[in-house]
Amino acid sequence: MTKKDLGLLILILVVGAVVTAINPRFLSAINLANTSNLVALFGILSIGQAFVIITGGIELSVGSVIALLGTLFIDFIAVREVSWPLAFVLILALGSVIGFVHGWLITRLKLQPFVVTLCGLLIYRGVARFYTADGTAGFAFGQNFPTLEFLTAGRSYGLPNSFIALIVIAIVMWVVLHRSVFGRYLYAIGKNEEAAKYSGIRTGRVIIAAYVICGVLTALSAIYFAMYTRSISPASHGQFYELYAIAAAVLGGFSLRGGEGSLVGVILGTVLLQELQNLVNLLGIPSSLNFAVMGGVILIGVLVDQQWGVFRARRRMIEATRQNVAGAPAE
Amino acid sequence: MGHRLLPRAVNYGVMTSTDSTQPIAAPFLSLEAVRKTYPGVVALDRFSMDVRPGEVIGLVGENGAGKSTLMKILGGVTRPDSGTVTVDGAAHDGLTVEQSIGSGIAFVHQELNLFENLDVAANIFFGREPLRAGPLRLVDRAKLREMVASLLKRVGANFSADAPVASLSLAQQQMVEIAKALSIKARLVILDEPTSSLPLAETEKLLDVIKGLKAQGISVIFISHRLHEIERVADRVVVLRDGTLAGTLAKDRINHDEMVRLMIGRMLKEREKAGEAARAPGSVALSADAIRTGTYPDRPVSLELRHGEILGLAGLVGSGRTELARVLFGIDERLAGSVTLDGKPLDVGSAADAVANGIFLVPEDRKLTGILLDLSIAQNISLPNLPAHARRSLVSASAELATAEKQKKNLGIKAPSVLTRTGTLSGGNQQKVVLAKWLAMNPKVMILDEPTRGIDIGAKAEIYGLMRALADAGVAVLMISSDMEEVIGVSDRIAVMHEGQISGILDKDDFSQENVLLLAVGKKPKLLQVAGGAQ
Repeated sequence: MTKKDLGLLILILVVGAVVTAINPRFLSAINLANTSNLVALFGILSIGQAFVIITGGIELSVGSVIALLGTLFIDFIAVREVSWPLAFVLILALGSVIGFVHGWLITRLKLQPFVVTLCGLLIYRGVARFYTADGTAGFAFGQNFPTLEFLTAGRSYGLPNSFIALIVIAIVMWVVLHRSVFGRYLYAIGKNEEAAKYSGIRTGRVIIAAYVICGVLTALSAIYFAMYTRSISPASHGQFYELYAIAAAVLGGFSLRGGEGSLVGVILGTVLLQELQNLVNLLGIPSSLNFAVMGGVILIGVLVDQQWGVFRARRRMIEATRQNVAGAPAE
Repeated sequence: MGHRLLPRAVNYGVMTSTDSTQPIAAPFLSLEAVRKTYPGVVALDRFSMDVRPGEVIGLVGENGAGKSTLMKILGGVTRPDSGTVTVDGAAHDGLTVEQSIGSGIAFVHQELNLFENLDVAANIFFGREPLRAGPLRLVDRAKLREMVASLLKRVGANFSADAPVASLSLAQQQMVEIAKALSIKARLVILDEPTSSLPLAETEKLLDVIKGLKAQGISVIFISHRLHEIERVADRVVVLRDGTLAGTLAKDRINHDEMVRLMIGRMLKEREKAGEAARAPGSVALSADAIRTGTYPDRPVSLELRHGEILGLAGLVGSGRTELARVLFGIDERLAGSVTLDGKPLDVGSAADAVANGIFLVPEDRKLTGILLDLSIAQNISLPNLPAHARRSLVSASAELATAEKQKKNLGIKAPSVLTRTGTLSGGNQQKVVLAKWLAMNPKVMILDEPTRGIDIGAKAEIYGLMRALADAGVAVLMISSDMEEVIGVSDRIAVMHEGQISGILDKDDFSQENVLLLAVGKKPKLLQVAGGAQ
């Protein structure tokens, strides 16, 4: 855990303590379970986003992909009666295809990630709305998928199963990002893509892989969100979720220029965001202020982090000068 | 002033009459017993020097000898711990930036500070544009152009005020910087390694500009690792070593060997040794047959590179040398032609393919493409060969460190540890890291593009030694260089490029600056053995 991550953790604990002091229901089992479920859902897609951001890219279509794939998933199992495991695999495959196309357009056709994924954001939202004819996708009365519902919305030992899934995914992705050859390539490309290429790394493939990972994780969270809300109106479902993911990554110490950030950081960033949402509800702050609170906290967080860096650099310089003065012979 | 600013003379060995009738003016700037320390280092100690009007001072010294500290003191960026700086008779403990600018000291740095997207005029008067009357503060374009035109004339520029900077050559961009310096009424222009990235013909222009400045009574401090250039323009050479004045050479005593002796405190033999052995060439390693690059799509290039030789690739910048290297290394697409490696056809579609085949490139731009400045030495060295430092796709830190430690020792990389960030190393050590990552693998063909640019003379010698050791081990070495001494001193054969094509290949007996230059501009060389030489 880096110092940055530790600072974020302390911030989460302090905010939690303050909220508990004002409204003890913060620590109630039901509130914690609900919040951890949301942390899981947003955490999974934020991890995906983190893999893209580390290469210096961005994925803006996340929210629309969640709407489209969620709609398709419910349609597959509720209307077209596809068996849910098959539908599950199909949706993940679709997510990977979307990621691959984005990565291909960015690396082979040299389009900017912002542009490609912005177009994705518009296209997938439109397709989702068209698919349901602007209606709502949902289950018919009495339709039940016990195993699927248990895996997505159920609990084991009091923990939401989605949260357990997040932990497993986080551990696997931590190893991939921080210990594997592929993870090292991601960082190298994020720091300096040209130099990575000159070192014989197939940078195009690595970047495409990052978008595929993002696509698959987004698809997975799309299924979780679909099973969480159980009915989807594609016009609004998942809106702004890409921004939650980007915000979580930025709070977690990622640089949008690429090459910086840790997996623990993005998870902690997600936790803090959900804690803030929860705080708005529990403290009776008008929920219309929700986004304003989030934006304010992110801005302050980034500002403090940056100023702290400046302060430390200055202190180091003063320290060095002092040693210098003490060490120099009196002439 | 009806005086001609730029002497037409091409024969630089002979002093022109303006040189010999130099007035012995009083110094307008002098440093006395200047000392500056940083934590743990004495950067400059008991250093004194004078600058007289219209004098060209060559400043030489290895990296770390104290040149940058001296520059910072003159620029007012740092204050000396003790000693005095006297400007126009007024003594100061140290200059402020304002005092430095006010006394007419201007810098032209090695890395140019120009806005490439703007034109020449906008760059020269950036932030100081002449304005038209009125509240809108509009730029007076006519006046600006006029002012810039007169400055450009003073530096002998052959481009206009509204040329975009991006369209200028490096030497022309340096002229823009110098014009910028003149625009603030500079009396002393300090050129920090201005020629390190210039090809020969461009260097000539710059040396002419220096002479022009001198003729206008402006003093120049010329910092360069290219000693033969200093020999040609300097009136006096100041040599720094380990932060102290190692010696000052008067005009008649300026010569290469003397400067080197003072710089490093001993005589250097490495370069001669590197080019010493003439041996039987090995078999053909890499052969390019009529390949075409994107820059010169209508000029096929053919080249044979043999095992155990160092083939120097000379030519002017823009002659297609770097493009050739990039195609051979798979960075750029090969438009036509074929390449064979050890007789077998080779299709290199990416740098990854080249690396897999043992063809390595030490690129021209170390900081942008050679290494990742933010990564550690160990991470940089293992990067091209990471799967070999991993078990089941997970990086093995111990394997990585072992390789790095070995290379650090072999190459004598000076750093606290292999975990040190590469960005904090000196240029020479960074270049050694680039070499180390390839040496840790198994090079068959090593392409080095300007391998010693911006590197001090001691590290240069080590890099020459390494290239020779590689060649001795059977590696085929292709060295692109704009440094004439280097090309002639190090190579076994020299191929010269001119406008996208190989204009000739010189064997050892025909090596001379003149021959390389003739081929570089597309003329016939003067060969000793007419029978066997010409291709």
